[in-house]
Amino acid sequence: MKKLLVLLVLVVALQAPISHAVSAPAVQNWMTVFIAVVAQALPFLVLGVLLSAVIAVFVPPSFFVRALPRRPALAVPVAGVAGAVLPGCECASVPVAGALVRRGVTPAAALAFLLSAPAINPIVLTATAVAFPRDPRMVLARFGASLLVACVMGWLWLRLGRPDWLRPPPRPSFEGDGRWGAFWGSVRHDVVHAGGFLVVGAMAAATLKAVVPAGWLHAVAALPVVSVLVLAVLAVILSICSEADAFVAASLSQFSLTAKLAFMVVGPMIDLKLFAMQAGTFGRRFALRFAPATFAVAVLGAVAVGAVLL
Amino acid sequence: MNRPAQGVLLLLVGAAVLRAGTTDLYLRYVRTGLRPLLLGAGVVLIVAALTTFWYERRARHAAPHAHREPRVAWLLLLPMLVLLLLAPPALGSFSAARSGTALGAAPASDQPPLPEGDPVRLSMMDYASRAVYDNGRSLAGRHLTLSGFVLPGDGGTWYLTRMVITCCAADAQPIKVGLTGTVPGRLKANDWIQVTGSYATRKDRDPVNQEPIPYLSVESSTPIPAPARQYES
Repeated sequence: MKKLLVLLVLVVALQAPISHAVSAPAVQNWMTVFIAVVAQALPFLVLGVLLSAVIAVFVPPSFFVRALPRRPALAVPVAGVAGAVLPGCECASVPVAGALVRRGVTPAAALAFLLSAPAINPIVLTATAVAFPRDPRMVLARFGASLLVACVMGWLWLRLGRPDWLRPPPRPSFEGDGRWGAFWGSVRHDVVHAGGFLVVGAMAAATLKAVVPAGWLHAVAALPVVSVLVLAVLAVILSICSEADAFVAASLSQFSLTAKLAFMVVGPMIDLKLFAMQAGTFGRRFALRFAPATFAVAVLGAVAVGAVLL
Repeated sequence: MNRPAQGVLLLLVGAAVLRAGTTDLYLRYVRTGLRPLLLGAGVVLIVAALTTFWYERRARHAAPHAHREPRVAWLLLLPMLVLLLLAPPALGSFSAARSGTALGAAPASDQPPLPEGDPVRLSMMDYASRAVYDNGRSLAGRHLTLSGFVLPGDGGTWYLTRMVITCCAADAQPIKVGLTGTVPGRLKANDWIQVTGSYATRKDRDPVNQEPIPYLSVESSTPIPAPARQYES
C-alpha cells in the first residue's frame, strides 16, 4: 500500500520529464494502440466478471447438472451452442468459463463455451455480414467453422486432457462476508487478476503491431497455403476484438476468402491477450498446451469449412 | 498485493475510465458507441473499490486474509497512469504512412445520388468509394468538402487522410485521397485541413498495399483545428 502511494506521488511529480521522454511518434503510436486495446477490452472484461460472480454466488451447481447432458461428449456441443447467448467479445468469456469450471461444469464443456462464445454470438455474426456484403456465405462459414473447432477442442480435452494440467491459481475464500460480500470479492479478484494479464497481452499486441511492417502482407497474399498461415498468425498478433475482426479481414482484399476465414476463426479463440488471460485463469501449464492445439485445430477447421463452403 | 491496495487500484482504474468516458478523451481510443459501456464499467469498478474498503474495515478484527494477488496485477496501473497523465493523441500520419488505404472494406457500387448542398460535405470513406468503385459518376459536376489530416506521399504529393475505426484504434486503417489543383503550400504532416474541390480522374496505387487512391481537385482550403472525433467509423 505504501509502495503504491510512493509510486503515484513519484509519477505525478515527474510528469513533465516523462511526457518529454515519450514524445517520439513511434512511442505515442504504441501508447495509443496499447490504451485502445485496454479501453476496448475493459468494459467487456467487467461484464464477464460480473456474470462470473453471478455464476459463482447465485447460481447453484445443481443448475448446470440439470442444464447440461450428463455425458461429457454430449455436453460439449450443447455448451458450444450455448456460447451464442453471451453477447460480447473474447475478454468476457474467459472469466465466465473459469467460473463454470469452478462450479463443477465438466472442463471440456466449459472450454467449448470459452472458444465458441466470442465467435458465434449474434453481434459478431451481424458484424461479419456487414463486413462481407458480397459474400453472405462467410457468415455461415464463420459460424460453422468456429462451432466445429470449439467442439473438436472440447472432445480432444476429453480424450487427451489431464486434470493436473488444469490448475487454476488459488482463489481467496469470501466466507463470512455474506452473499454480497462474496459477490464483490469475486468481482474485485477477477478484475485485478485478469486485468493484469490483459495489460500484458495489450503491451505485446501494441509492440508487435508497431514492429511488423504492413508491406510484407502484400508479398505473401498470392501463395495459397502460406497466406492462410500468415493471416492466422496475424490474428494472434493483432489481438483485435472479435466484433471488429471481420472488418479488418474484409480490408485484406488481396487474400483469399479461406485465408480471411482463418483470420476470423483463429482470432476470437487464441491471441496474445487471450493467451495471457487464459494463463492467468487456468494456469500456465494449461495455456502452454491449449493455445498451440487451439491454433492448429482452428486453422485446419477454417481450411476444411472454407473448402466446402467458399 | 493486499486488499486495501487492490481497492486503491480499482478506484484508480474506475476513475481513469470515468474520466475518459465523461470527456472527449475516449474518442482517441475507441468508437463512440462504447461510451455507455465505459461509463458502466467505471461505476462498477468504483463500487467494487468501495465495497473492498467496507469489508476490509469490518474484517479488521477477524483472522487476517492470507490470500494475495500476484504481482502482475500491478501492471493495471500502467495504462491508467498513461491515460490520466499522458493521454496519447489519436492515431495520425505516423500510423497512416505505415498502413495501406482501406478501401477494400467498402461496399460495392450502386452509389445513391449525392445529398443536396453546394458544396456538399462528404466523409472520406464516402468520397473515396464513390471515386473508385463508381469512377466518380455520382460526383460529376459537384462541389465537395472533405476534411482530414495531411500525409506526405512520394514526389511531393499530399494525401488528405482520415483513420477509420470499427471498435478501437488497434483496428484503425487509413483512407487516403490525393490532393491536386490548388494544394496549399507550407503543409506539414498531421496538419488538419478542410478542402473544397471537385472529382479528379487521376488515381494512384498505395505503395503499401497497391489499393487505389483517388484524387480531389482542390479549389480552396483552410487549416482547421483537429476535431474531437478524429476517426471515421
